[in-house]
Amino acid sequence: MAPLLEIKGLKTHFSTDDGILQAVDGVDITINKGETLCVVGESGCGKTVTAMSILKLIAMPPGRIAAGEIIFEGRDLVPLTSSQLDEIRAKEIGFIFQEPMTSLNPVLTVGEQIAESLRRHENVTRKQALERTIEMLKLVQIPNAEGRVHNYPHQFSGGMRQRVMIAMALACKPKLIIADEPTTALDVTIQAQILDLLQDMKERFGMAVMLITHAMGVVAETAQRVVVMYAGKVVEEAGVDALFADPRHPYTQGLIRSIPRIDLDSEHKTRLEAIGGSVPILINPPVGCRFAPRCKFAMNVCTAKEPLLREIAPGHRMACHLGDPQLGGAA
Amino acid sequence: MSQYVLRRLLIAIPSLLGISAVLFFVLALAPGDPFSELATNPNVPPEVQAALRARFGLDDPIYLRYLHWLFAMAHGDWGFSFVSRMDVDRLILQRLPATLYVIGSAQVLALLIAIPVGVYAATKPYSLFDQIANTLAFIGFSLPTFFTGLLFILIFSVTLDWLPFVYTTDIKATGIHYVLEMIRQAIMPVAVLGLFQAASMTRFVRSAMLDVIRLDYVTTARAKGLGQAKVIVKHVMRNAMIPVVTLIALQMPAVFGGALVTEQIFRIPGIGSLLISSILSNDTPVVMAVTFVFACLVVLFNLIADVLYGWLDPRISLR
Repeated sequence: MAPLLEIKGLKTHFSTDDGILQAVDGVDITINKGETLCVVGESGCGKTVTAMSILKLIAMPPGRIAAGEIIFEGRDLVPLTSSQLDEIRAKEIGFIFQEPMTSLNPVLTVGEQIAESLRRHENVTRKQALERTIEMLKLVQIPNAEGRVHNYPHQFSGGMRQRVMIAMALACKPKLIIADEPTTALDVTIQAQILDLLQDMKERFGMAVMLITHAMGVVAETAQRVVVMYAGKVVEEAGVDALFADPRHPYTQGLIRSIPRIDLDSEHKTRLEAIGGSVPILINPPVGCRFAPRCKFAMNVCTAKEPLLREIAPGHRMACHLGDPQLGGAA
Repeated sequence: MSQYVLRRLLIAIPSLLGISAVLFFVLALAPGDPFSELATNPNVPPEVQAALRARFGLDDPIYLRYLHWLFAMAHGDWGFSFVSRMDVDRLILQRLPATLYVIGSAQVLALLIAIPVGVYAATKPYSLFDQIANTLAFIGFSLPTFFTGLLFILIFSVTLDWLPFVYTTDIKATGIHYVLEMIRQAIMPVAVLGLFQAASMTRFVRSAMLDVIRLDYVTTARAKGLGQAKVIVKHVMRNAMIPVVTLIALQMPAVFGGALVTEQIFRIPGIGSLLISSILSNDTPVVMAVTFVFACLVVLFNLIADVLYGWLDPRISLR
């Protein structure tokens, strides 16, 4: 079966005063129909830019897709103009943004903002659009949807706004939902509700979800497959069980060890591990492995030669020199 | 809403009283009064002068004169102009249409230039169009109207002889010719005032647009596939216009002030030139009335700005 979305060798660069910032540098990501794929990594590792590049929602200029293909249902999106992409935006690929507080237009009612997407992509009257909008608000469990549809965003709480965002993204029943850290700005109890809702909607409409997050807990709960990104590159990709059971890249291992554990008894409890340092600035990135400066297993080869993604088990790929048979290193 | 407006109008009363008191006392400090001309006229005997001064209460203590003025004003008696020999309210009403016509047209012209240019420049920041627009705007508000006004007169009236440089209210023509002549004589003052306004407004519209264009909800709108034009008009402009509208409303009194100069240059018999000639001829009742009208305009446009703000931005409720 052909994948729904296939990103091949995507490079998104930004021109800055200090030089070219290689925010995304050769990323391959595949999403199959109906699956949930999580993209994880620290802030600044290129997750959001990758997602925004799919529908060219990055600011261009200064942003630019320097290379790569983004194939959605057999069609490359990269050469399309913005107005050609408008046919795909919201209709085929829906977006949920990180900040529900700022992602809704404050001077338009939420109903208007959901309905305008319907009216753009589907041949509906104003009245039908309103009915569908109310239906969507009910679906995302907003109480008193008939009344709330005429309210403005500031009359909703953060969690309710994120439900509105989900209703908006789902209104045209897209085949793929890209959710960019949809729960980061919400408090923990609301986070779980929103993730459940997203899961629910996904099952109901049978769409694929690309969930961008930096919370490994969210990954464990929702994903089928996981892509780990670091400094604009994919460093590991695996099924969710394999990734948590057998993380191979030192960065992934670090991410997993940095999850607080409550299930260990006091004797086994240790200080929570953190990955030292921070993501390098991607103007003139380090030669070789970009994680090497922070990696406790770094070898000489790591700063000389860039590790490429290789398959280490069926469906499990990673980019690290550790255990590479060609280098003869120890696993 | 109507309750809010009513309350604001009631609050305006004390501030207008305060303004009128300050105006009155400041004018009283100025040398000369409507009768100072009599003092230098050898044909008027001193005892007649004194009798007239006493009759009009000019030598009363200042607070009494103010109360007298206030009381008359409240009864709709705006005073009498000794220079023009007519009631002040009639005089102002006679001069107002010319001012409103020129200022109104200039504002419309300014908006017609500033909004499209500012919006388009903001959608393509640092493009050639943007840079040209910015440069012209910079030149536009750097040149004072008394300079551009004289330049226009020199070019279009004196050299080319296309347009009249004196504005008259008694055009000797009827029907369509009257209308054409009215338009012809207003072209230069409207252009001078309008372009000056447009220059600063363009830059303000542009920066208001740029503030909004990078916000998250604009990206949300783009992600809905609405298309550039709709995103700009419905999502960006709708929000960017909130501060712009407020600014324009708050600027209106300053526009009237700026019109003083323009009216003087083009000899427009409007309220501004009335004020200047009254000051020069010590016609205190007229000066007092015109400045008070300007004060009322400031209060009124402040109120309009607040009401528009509440109407444009649903987050603000006027109570």
